Formats: sequence, C-alpha cells, structure tokens
Amino acid sequence: MVWVFNNLTEIWQHTLEHLQIALPPIILSFIIAIPLGWLAKRFPPARGTILTLASLLYAIPSLPLLIVIPVLIGTGLQDPINVVIALTLYGIALMARSTADGLRSVDPDVRQSATALGYSPWTQFWAVEFPLAGPVLLAGIRVVSVSTISLTTVGGVLGIPGLGLLFTDGFQRGLVEEITTGIVLVIVIAVVMDTVLVMLGRWLMPWTRVASPAVRRRRNLRAVTT
Amino acid sequence: MIEFRSVSKQYPDGTRAVDEFSLIIPSRKTTVLVGSSGCGKTTLLRMINRMVDPTSGVIEIDGKDISTIEPVHLRRDVGYVMQNSGLLPHRRVIDNVATVPILKGVPKKQAHEDALALLDTVGLDRSLADRYPAQLSGGQQQRVGVARGLAANPNILLMDEPFGAVDPIVRTDLQNETLRLQRELDKTVVFVTHDIDEAFLLGDQVIILEKGAHIAQQGSPEEILANPVSEFVANFIGADRGKRRLAVSSIAHPQGDDLVLVDAGGYAAGVIAAPGGQLATANPTPKSRSISNKTSQAGDA
Ligand SMILES: Nc1ncnc2c1ncn2[C@@H]1O[C@H](COP(=O)(O)OP(=O)(O)O)[C@@H](O)[C@H]1O
Ligand SMILES: [Mg+2]
Repeated sequence: MVWVFNNLTEIWQHTLEHLQIALPPIILSFIIAIPLGWLAKRFPPARGTILTLASLLYAIPSLPLLIVIPVLIGTGLQDPINVVIALTLYGIALMARSTADGLRSVDPDVRQSATALGYSPWTQFWAVEFPLAGPVLLAGIRVVSVSTISLTTVGGVLGIPGLGLLFTDGFQRGLVEEITTGIVLVIVIAVVMDTVLVMLGRWLMPWTRVASPAVRRRRNLRAVTT
Repeated sequence: MIEFRSVSKQYPDGTRAVDEFSLIIPSRKTTVLVGSSGCGKTTLLRMINRMVDPTSGVIEIDGKDISTIEPVHLRRDVGYVMQNSGLLPHRRVIDNVATVPILKGVPKKQAHEDALALLDTVGLDRSLADRYPAQLSGGQQQRVGVARGLAANPNILLMDEPFGAVDPIVRTDLQNETLRLQRELDKTVVFVTHDIDEAFLLGDQVIILEKGAHIAQQGSPEEILANPVSEFVANFIGADRGKRRLAVSSIAHPQGDDLVLVDAGGYAAGVIAAPGGQLATANPTPKSRSISNKTSQAGDA
C-alpha cells in the first residue's frame, strides 16, 4: 500500500482522466444507437443488414483502430479523442441491437392504442415506444458501460491518459502494486457506474417496480373465482 | 351518422378482410357489429378512425368523407376502447385518462381535474388515480379504458371487444355500466363483439357479420330474434344451446306468426308480435328457437 499512499494525487488524476474518456462514449453510443434501432424496427427487411454492420464494428481490433483514427481525423497519436471515438463505435455495436430489440419488445396492443388515441408518429415514438423500451435499453447500456470503462485502459498502451497508464507504467517498472491498483480502480468505477445506471433506471421508470404484486394478487383472485 | 359505402379492404398479403360493405350507423345509438373471430370486425372499426384505410369505397362521418380528414386529428375526436384496455403501462391512471385532452392542448391541470371526474363517471374510486395500470384488476383497467375513450368528449366511441378478456361476473357489471353510460351520455357507439348475448343486450342496432364482413342480418335485437333471415343467423343466435335465457316461439296463426319469448323452464316471458293483438295459446308444441340463458343458471331466469 506504500506505493498507493505515495501516489494518491497521480492515481486520482488518472481516475478522473479515465472517467473523462469513458463517459462520453457511453452517452454518445446510447444516442447514436437510437436512430439505428428505429431504422431496424421501422424497416424489418433492413434490420439484419443494419444490425450486422453495427455488430461488425466490434470486430475491429482496438489497437489498429487507435492508430487509424488519428490518421483519418488528423489528431495526435496520444489524443484522448481517439479513444472516445473508438469506444463510441464499440458502444454503438452493442447498443444498436439493444435499441432495436427494446423497440420491438413494446406490446403491439399498446402501440396500436397509442395510435388510436391520436399520437403523431414522432410523439408516439418519444412518449410511448422509447420509454417502454427502457428496460431493454437499460440492460444494453449497462453492458456498454462496463465494457467501455474496461476498454478505456487500452489507451495506456499508446500513452493516452487514464488508468491504463498504471498498467503500462507498473509493467515497465515491475510494480505489481501499481498494476493491481489499476485493476481494482477500473472495477470500482465500473461497479459505481453500473449502480448509478440502475438507480437512474428506477428513477426514470417507476412503473417497472410496481407490476408484480398486483399481477400476482389478480392471478390468485382469478384462480379462486374459476 | 357514420356511413360505409361499398367499402372493401384487402391487406397487402391478399387477405380480403372486408368485401363491399355498406352500412348506415345512426347517431346517438349503439350499433353492435357481431360475428365470429376473423370476420372483419376490427378492420371495420379501425376504418372509422383511419387506423386502417379502405382499399375502395367511401366512409363518411356526418356527410364528410373521412379520407379528407388528417388521421391524427380524426383519432383525437373519436374515442377508442380496446380489449386488454391498451392502457399505457408507463402512465398513471390519471395520465392515461387525460392523454387525449393533453394531446389536444388542454392545460394539464384542467385535464387532470376532468380526468378525476371521469373516474367517477365510470365508477372508479379516485384513490386509484395515482396507480399504474399493472396495479389494477382487469375490470378496473377496462373502466379506465372507457374513461380514457370518453375523455375528449367525442361524439363517436369505438369499442373493440372491450369486455372480452374479463371474467363473466365483471363483464356483466361492465355491460350494465355501459348501458347506463349510454343513457347518460348519448354517444354514437360502435361496439364490436363475438358474443351474441352482449350484442343483443347493448345494441339498438345489431349487425351480424359473416366472413369478409358480409352482413348476414341487421336490425334491432327484437327483429333479429323474431325473424332470423337465414340458417346462418338462426345458428349464430342459437349458438351455445343450454346457456340461453330466452327462447322465441313462433306459433302458427292464421293472421301470421305470433312470437312468444319463453324462458328456459318453458314459461312465457313476453310476446314480441301478436298480429291482430291476439295471442294464440292453443298450440302445445311451439316451434322454438333458443336464445339465451346464461343467467337462468344463476337462478334469475
Ligand atoms: N394487418 C393485417 N394484415 C393481414 N391480414 C390481416 C391484418 N389484420 C387482419 N387481417 C386479416 O383480416 C381478417 C379480418 O380480421 P379482423 O378485422 O381482425 O377480424 P375480427 O376483428 O372480426 O376478428 C382476418 O382474416 C385477419 O387474419
Ligand atoms: Mg378483432
């Protein structure tokens, strides 16, 4: 623990950098996946193509990607923006399918009744279909969150800021404690972020918490009457 | 008044759900479309609020061709209640009921006050206002569905098998409430069901449909009961034998047919038509058509 106490400032610094790089891709991939998921749901024949193309993004190896991106957009090799872009692409790969699945999970009866009420297509999407896809979207974004926070460390190999630097530095200097610190902190951030997402989900989707008791009671009642 | 003129609907997969359907649905009355599953009832109903557009033919509401009305606006002016209530699961009861008024621009506070009053109208306790649909029983959900259909005070209310999924006791309750509401509110109701008893109970005008929405017979319940025009209709209204409450006896008479309603025990319950004002009582074996008896089993025939 001696190394940790001697380097608290630096560790804190890397943790903040790590968050600064990891958070934007989580948010961006969530947003960008919405139109993709909508397209996949709206045009069923195109669904396979859209989702397969999105998934293929995940097949691109990360290191080459981190070298190609700066060439394409003219940033420096150690610019954190490269990691943000790469991780956003990976996030989209995961999130597009979740969004399409989530939108497809909306009960057709509910969708039709919303249409019958006189929702315009745009309002119906945002006020009915998108929120009802919420639980599936949440499950998707939790995976994206964990994977992004973990993948952010790859930047360390190229000297890009973040907790990944603790790995490369610890490896070069043979400091097991430094490497362990990096691993533990990445896990802690991932767990904290996951908890935040779950709380956010509960807060935004209060109806998902109420269903079971009433349904159970009703089932029991029906069993008694028949 | 809603008028269908030679309306047909062919779905993209080739199914001809509605074939040359013509009908006048009078205002401020309940018209029930009844027929077995797949005969085109839902398609007919959804053509009235343009959720389905006809392949050919014209539908008019009060003389106006509805194909010229913007669907989203048309739907906000036509109440719709469906099976399984179709309530928005992520909205509290009060928000579900207030949906259409809010879409139409009524201030939220006002819409919520009106929604509470509507809960009274459909016989729901106001304490349910803050619940989510999943926290209600099936019967309560249907009442909320009815309240929501009425919220914008539409002249026309479309109901698609609204009580099909609730248990029989609750259904009877809801049917009686519907009758009461109709007396109080005086809407043009178009009600779809596959249950002939429900059709006869609720309908001022009953339309019996065959596949392709061909009209087998239309008329008041009394007319149809008294005089089924075909074997199909006779079978349809006589389906579920042994569960019928009333039977119609058609008694041979020199001046025409006298029709006597007979209950399950064979006792006369009423006369539908007695030409000459006289009921022939001599015939001991009336030719009988069976009509309805669910409640006689419950002991109140
Ligand atoms: N969207 C659709 N696409 C293709 N066929 C449909 C569609 N909706 C209904 N149908 C068909 O049209 C016929 C009438 O359906 P529907 O109006 O739902 O009947 P009902 O409400 O009387 O059960 C059925 O054969 C049904 O399978
Ligand atoms: Mg139907």
